[in-house]
Amino acid sequence: MSASAKPIANARSGTGIPSARLITWWVIASEIVIFGGLLASYIMHRVAHPEWAESASHTLTWAGALNTFILLTSSLCAVLAHQAADSHDGPKAAKLLRLTALGGLIFLCVKGYEWTLDIREGFVLSSGGFWSFYYTLAGLHGLHVLAGMIIMLIVAADAAKNEELQRVECIGLYWHFVDIVWIFLFPLLYIAK
Amino acid sequence: MTTETHVDHTNYVKIWAILVALLIVSVLGSMSHVREIVLIAAFGVALVKAYLVAKNFMHINVEKRWVPYLLIVCLLFIAILFAGVAPDVLKHNGLHWSKNPADVLVPSAAGATKNE
Repeated sequence: MSASAKPIANARSGTGIPSARLITWWVIASEIVIFGGLLASYIMHRVAHPEWAESASHTLTWAGALNTFILLTSSLCAVLAHQAADSHDGPKAAKLLRLTALGGLIFLCVKGYEWTLDIREGFVLSSGGFWSFYYTLAGLHGLHVLAGMIIMLIVAADAAKNEELQRVECIGLYWHFVDIVWIFLFPLLYIAK
Repeated sequence: MTTETHVDHTNYVKIWAILVALLIVSVLGSMSHVREIVLIAAFGVALVKAYLVAKNFMHINVEKRWVPYLLIVCLLFIAILFAGVAPDVLKHNGLHWSKNPADVLVPSAAGATKNE
């Protein structure tokens, strides 16, 4: 494909950054405000309500730690996919992206198992302030994991044919951000008891 | 103008191993009965982990300089939000204000609740 025939996201760079990566950073900046606002609200309410520690004691630390391990490992796969894409090895990048998505699927399964136990014990969204934040924060994060998985599989399908390899880095950036959000959710929801 | 940022792909497996080791430290630290150790293990380690991911996996250190500035500005907005709202949540009164319970401010609503 000639440079002039490439999509504008690949060819144009008014800022010194390819437009596709620029928009990814812009999405991440927006997400920082979304998650940051929620986390800030949770922190101030948690400090104001020491009694929430009793509710927090019911969360499963091992499940949170397992999910942290899964996301860290999937981030490793995502960055190795970026490395493969830089070497123009599309099939390898696609394989690593699919492994990353598999990590996301395992993460959601662990989360589903954990929520099933919580709900069976009677802890639902309306059970109190802590549980409202718990389900909102973890649920919003889970939606981001699901969205990332879907986009990653689409990008992997193109990468397998050695097409649109620049997208591998962009979806990787998004995935690492989702990982960083969980890195902060883990101590806030599972360790601070 | 170049559209590519040169990325030196480091030993990612080594970075991942460090991140997993830090995860183990935070889990072990959470078992401590000393509050300071729990807080450092939880949030201090989380900050280090986030830095390692941003630097080594997102390559933010080799990105155009205004990208980290953009992200820092977003974090500053969150700090401003926190500073502005936290006193209302954490304190019951201030220099020219006091926080009254909702049923004092809206007696009719309190009555409606009692009638339910």
